Amino acid sequence: MKFLTKNKLMPFLVPILAVLFSLIIAALVILMIGKNPFSAYAKLIEGAFVGKFAWADNITKMTSLLLTGLAVGFGFRAGVFNIGAEGQMAVGGMMAVIVGINMGNVPAILAIPITMMAGILGGAVWASIAGFLKAKTGAHEVITTIMLNWVAYHLSNYLVSSPLAVGDGVPKSPEIARSAQLPPLLTVGAASVPSGIIIALIAAVVVYIILEKTTTGYEIKAVGYNPYAAEYGGISISKNIVLTMAISGGLAGLAGAMEVMCVYHRVFGAFTGGRGFDGITVALIGQNHPLGMIFSSFLISSLRSGAGDMQTAGIPEDIVVLIQGIIIFFVAADRIIKTIINKTSDKIAAKKGGEQV
Amino acid sequence: MTWVEAIFTALSSPLFYKLTIMSALPLIFAAIGGVFSEKTGVTNIALEGIMKLGAFTSIAFVFITGNVWIGLMMGLFSGLILAFLHAYVSIEWKANQIVSATALILIAEGLVGFLMIPIFGQEGQTDFVEKLPLIRIEFLQKIPFLGEIIGEITIFFYIAVAVIIASWFIIYKTPLGLRMRAVGENPRAADTLGINVKAIRYFGVLMSGLFAALGGIYIALGDLGQFQEEMPAGRGFIALAAMILGNWSPIGAMWAALLFGAAEALNIQLQAILDLPSEIQALLNLLPFILTIVVVAGFVGKTRSPAASGKPYEKE
Amino acid sequence: MSNKPEIDYKEYAVVMKNIVKKFPSVLANDNVNLEVKKGEIHALIGENGAGKSTLMNQLYGLYDPTSGEIYISGEMKTFKGPRDAINAGIGMVHQHFMLVDNLTVAENVVLGSETRNGIYFNLKQAKKKVKELSEKYGLKVDVTAKIEDLSVGAQQRVEIIKTLYRGAQILILDEPTAVLTPQEIDELFVIMEKLKEDGKTIIFISHKLHEVMNVCDKVTVMRMGKVTGSVFTKETNEKQLANMMVGREVVLTVEKTAKKPGKKILEIEKIWIKDNRHLEAVKGLSFEVKEGEILGVAGVAGNGQTELVEALTGLRKIEKGHYYFKEEEVTKNNVKELREKNITHIPENRHKHGMVLEYPNYYNLIMGSHYKEPFAHRGFLRRDKIMEKTKNLLKKFDVRPPVANLETGNLSGGNQQKVVIAREVSSNPEFVVIAQPTRGLDVGAIEYVHKEILGLREKNIGILLISMELEEVLSLSDRIIVMYEGKIMGEFKPEDLSIGEIGLLMAGKTLEEVKVISEVEAHASHSGGDDK
Repeated sequence: MKFLTKNKLMPFLVPILAVLFSLIIAALVILMIGKNPFSAYAKLIEGAFVGKFAWADNITKMTSLLLTGLAVGFGFRAGVFNIGAEGQMAVGGMMAVIVGINMGNVPAILAIPITMMAGILGGAVWASIAGFLKAKTGAHEVITTIMLNWVAYHLSNYLVSSPLAVGDGVPKSPEIARSAQLPPLLTVGAASVPSGIIIALIAAVVVYIILEKTTTGYEIKAVGYNPYAAEYGGISISKNIVLTMAISGGLAGLAGAMEVMCVYHRVFGAFTGGRGFDGITVALIGQNHPLGMIFSSFLISSLRSGAGDMQTAGIPEDIVVLIQGIIIFFVAADRIIKTIINKTSDKIAAKKGGEQV
Repeated sequence: MTWVEAIFTALSSPLFYKLTIMSALPLIFAAIGGVFSEKTGVTNIALEGIMKLGAFTSIAFVFITGNVWIGLMMGLFSGLILAFLHAYVSIEWKANQIVSATALILIAEGLVGFLMIPIFGQEGQTDFVEKLPLIRIEFLQKIPFLGEIIGEITIFFYIAVAVIIASWFIIYKTPLGLRMRAVGENPRAADTLGINVKAIRYFGVLMSGLFAALGGIYIALGDLGQFQEEMPAGRGFIALAAMILGNWSPIGAMWAALLFGAAEALNIQLQAILDLPSEIQALLNLLPFILTIVVVAGFVGKTRSPAASGKPYEKE
Repeated sequence: MSNKPEIDYKEYAVVMKNIVKKFPSVLANDNVNLEVKKGEIHALIGENGAGKSTLMNQLYGLYDPTSGEIYISGEMKTFKGPRDAINAGIGMVHQHFMLVDNLTVAENVVLGSETRNGIYFNLKQAKKKVKELSEKYGLKVDVTAKIEDLSVGAQQRVEIIKTLYRGAQILILDEPTAVLTPQEIDELFVIMEKLKEDGKTIIFISHKLHEVMNVCDKVTVMRMGKVTGSVFTKETNEKQLANMMVGREVVLTVEKTAKKPGKKILEIEKIWIKDNRHLEAVKGLSFEVKEGEILGVAGVAGNGQTELVEALTGLRKIEKGHYYFKEEEVTKNNVKELREKNITHIPENRHKHGMVLEYPNYYNLIMGSHYKEPFAHRGFLRRDKIMEKTKNLLKKFDVRPPVANLETGNLSGGNQQKVVIAREVSSNPEFVVIAQPTRGLDVGAIEYVHKEILGLREKNIGILLISMELEEVLSLSDRIIVMYEGKIMGEFKPEDLSIGEIGLLMAGKTLEEVKVISEVEAHASHSGGDDK
């Protein structure tokens, strides 16, 4: 009986244990700088789950994390490493701002979808550059997407310093029109939960449907598992690589658009703040499955929300980047965890059924 | 002054060549490191993370101990550790090498950011510390033009020359190198001849850690004298492009790195000579990244990666 | 076992005693005993999966026996890896060559035991030593050539030199003739005799009974992990060996009905195709195939057959020339378009092309038709229709286990091939390109596949059959063409030519040249006396 459930549980156990090991190692690092890991983690939990501001912050972060996670995870299903979610999100945000600024005279019922589409298209096109290069020349998408991240980073800095700059202080763009702004879902006092979370959840369901129920999903997964067999079956590898990158980039672009439309209503210099890389963590922990990613995005958003509180207690925020890196490390080396699980369950089985054999 | 005049002015100044060399140095180290790893069949895209950690560790130890040589040693050591982690999971546990490397890049970033305040008391960048010495050779300085370039130059220049020659010799003229190349192409064939595939791969990856760290150390401890959190600012990935462009050979990587170095040097010179508006300056900053994309897109398929690169070796 | 007389181990180059080798899911060797006398050419035969390769891998130090002992020239040995076996004088030439493509012959031979001065690798000396060995045993090879530029026969010679360089006294040859022309096979046998004269012992793994009878002194037969017999070749015959291999009366030929082919369905006109290295692999090929006809393509691997198959199925570009299907030009059509025209493909490499190992059976069975009715409607997959079809096919083609959502990668080789065949055959093809359909399959599965192919022929479907197994091509085809270096050397009916003549075609002679040679030989043997 134990063995039946073990195999079914494995996909869940691996990420859970990866997170656990990572938190333990991070605790050791915290000890190294002379701080108390327990109080640090207590602050983390407080910042993530205690009080309406915590939840508002948490859900806000979860929105963009779920979208960038979907973006990266979708790419992984096709065998494509989209490390460029960061840049695609930036371009999506920029496009949303550029369009959103000009929506003043357009009623909200049109302005909102149009601005969203601008963000999605921006990200889709940016990602398709890498997709197209990979399909036509075989250029490794890890390098091209990372380079495009840097290009997008410089472009967005440039954009808010010159053509779009307003006011003094931190370089920023003008606000988008009111009609293009997405009103919050829920407001309790000064804390608000963005409507973007609904959009993100819908996106997760859409991604699931695409992957499991459509011909496109069948083709994309085939290309990811075995491009030779896919080609033999008449599936166009180039078309599907570009399509995958486009969808992936579109999701990341949507993340950028949501930031702009729900939260800040404008862009700052480098507003994506590492969310693109977080998408990688979300995708890997969620095993590239849309429903799994709903949970993993919540996990990471909780970490990020809590990190702010940890910072004030003297634990630098970068600890969560470290934690994420360690989690990904263990997910990459999942055989280590699987072996530990197998050995432990064998030991337990041996103790129980000692007499039988 | 026109563009053409400006380019000529730049190209005829010894400063341009010196800048080329200095910009190329970190790329040379990291790219050769990449060559060692990939030649034995293990993809290592974590060069960026190793460079960052090497840079940070070297400055940290100089800050703490006041000794540049300890800084250098500890910086190298940190590179070896990170590379060892990658080697361990990739070789023993058949991990996905891209994912493992991505993890290490994040670990380096997180660790470095996390330790900034505890060690240096400030974020973003550190104070300045003593750098590794410049080497001045009198008779070299007397040579016209060339003397201005290498007469007085960082010790890393000579280290790089040694690394390039040693790497070429090891890979092409020793039994170890022959075995490395075999393991990267057809590990099963090497295994049937009694060659220890794992040991060779560990060697390749650890060397990549050593050299990439050296590249990062140069940026911080050899050139600037401080650590900035963005270091190496994408150069770890540009080094990968140099490795591909150089067709996975140390000499090729050297030429490719010099090409990228020249692009950056030209960028700096042009911005100094011409008085450019900020938009153009911003666009020029994009050049190295765009160049990398063009290289990677244009040269894949025309250069040949080791056949077994990226695939874990499993005995059946 | 205990009734056997005690043997003097020192007379035997190799004694493997009571070898048991267990893997997690299978008992590969079940108390196997092998005794090879010094200077003997000893055959080890059995079907795929009988345990021969596993046994030899233990002799070569790649595996540890679960239990049992190995004696080399009377001394008991434990091998912790190939190096120990090499030191004990054992050399192995694997079925799939263990060569590094982009290194030279000399480098490949000395790899792992390099000629050196301190830390410096002495390439010059390596070349010299390899040349000496090559000349001593008549193993012709260019020591400075890169492996990727050599013919398959030459690569095999490099593998043999590798073993001799390390002082092998006992050579294990694993299916060495699978990749050779009949003439190259004869050359190999000459080399083996030379080695035997030099005192070497040879273990010859094969499933080709006539070769074994031809060149070997003694045969050990394995079936399902056990030894079913060990006899001297002069005391047995092919039929007996086949029975020991399979355990029942074996029909060695296939029953084919006489059939009149229909009208022309596929025509190739002077097509040129390039390979992965942008070299011409197919040079101006022309042929046609009729409905209900099997056109067999014979030839040693690497003469353009793979590229031809890929071009006919849309996986590779046709550079020049024309490809007509049912009078329509389809030269520029891609895979999907050709499938739409009912041209299907049973691929040479079922794992690479034929299926997605991670997909469940019900996904693999719709590959190629997954985007159209009845399996998909407006972009959405119709699970009910897919499952229905899957259940039907699994039953009809006797796939075991017949579980729809089982990952195809978990099936045995024979069952995987059944899935591929089921899919391609049930899509109502009008033409099927079949490449290496029985590679790696056991006799039972081979019989099944041959039956299916003949069944297609009965349905008036046009078939192009490419196979490296000459017997398979001869027994199934209505007409045969032989490919050599991208050209057709000759076209004939299976009963028209002898094996020797076909071998000459496979080695590059044209049909006219072969006919001339045969006449000369026939003439010489008739006139008696005056030859030489």
